[in-house]
Amino acid sequence: MSLVMPVFACIIVIYGLFSRTAVFDAFLAGAREGLQTLLTIAPTITGLVFAVELLKASGAAEMICAAVEPAASLLGFPKEIVPMALLRPVSGSGSGALLISLFEDCGTDSFAGRVASVLAGSSETTFYATAMYFGCVNVKNIRHTLFAALAADFAALVASVITVRLFFY
Amino acid sequence: MIDLLNYIWSGIIIISVLCSIFLGNGDLLSKAMIDSGASAVSLLMTMAGILCLWSGIMKIASESGFTTLLARAFSPLLRPLFPRLDKNSEAFRCITMNVTSNLLGLGSTATPFGLKAMKELYKLGGESDTATNEMVIFVVMNTASLQLLPSTLGALRQSYGSDAPFEIIVPVWISSACALFVALTIACVFNCRSNQGEALKCRL
Repeated sequence: MSLVMPVFACIIVIYGLFSRTAVFDAFLAGAREGLQTLLTIAPTITGLVFAVELLKASGAAEMICAAVEPAASLLGFPKEIVPMALLRPVSGSGSGALLISLFEDCGTDSFAGRVASVLAGSSETTFYATAMYFGCVNVKNIRHTLFAALAADFAALVASVITVRLFFY
Repeated sequence: MIDLLNYIWSGIIIISVLCSIFLGNGDLLSKAMIDSGASAVSLLMTMAGILCLWSGIMKIASESGFTTLLARAFSPLLRPLFPRLDKNSEAFRCITMNVTSNLLGLGSTATPFGLKAMKELYKLGGESDTATNEMVIFVVMNTASLQLLPSTLGALRQSYGSDAPFEIIVPVWISSACALFVALTIACVFNCRSNQGEALKCRL
């Protein structure tokens, strides 16, 4: 598994060479775009990390976790992931900030850390994507889109708990 | 959507300050406020390198035609979901490119193709302000995360001390597949019931 990333990168570079692409030039152009993306998200990240740190330090995060703990433990969910699961459909960088703080508190390879990782990898910022795609064409009546998308987010949550249990415990 | 985030962000700050006053831990709160700037910057620094690196490699993929090649391979899988679309139409081509780019983790490439696809679908749907069946399926696919290699996630796990950053990759695939299956099933069932124009056949 540890070779996945390097091998994947290598395949793309080899394909690039065969198709006579200026691979390094393309790489530089892409890396520059990456930096621009980083600059674009920097203010958002700063604002959201600020909010998340306040939520944790004030003890409010603990209270929310404690409040949902009975329901979470009944379903076998680690209570630490609840804030992230709630924020996930709304904000990518916000739930990213919560993922980081969860890694710091519980560790990446703990049960909660693994479930949070799988959830982050298997769900999207539903509201943002929906608003962007329908917004660009002026469609007002989106019918059952949001219902189907949110059901998918919930399915991802349930599936991440189940798969992590099956694979690691 | 920015509206929603406005309320959530302000809500979090107000709740935190009220909670802190109530619990009497103001010193912790002011320390957190000062530290948050530093943690935001260190988070961005952690992401900077890997973001540049993968954006660069993925640029090679799109410029060399690797993405187009994959898109051609995936198009038969996408056909059944859009039976009313011509397989040579611009709309269908944009949809396959969007899905393929998402699979490769090329967010910045996927979005322009996605927007183009929506505009094409909008034209095909007679510029009505009601979503067509194809639009619903397409957007729902975009809200379920399809990614072969969650590179940013792996990098984050690694920088926070994971022994095996990519051990979660198979669970991520299974979990994404479940989410996608649920999303498409619901979308198809509702699409069939609405009977929009020529009935959309459900073939999953």
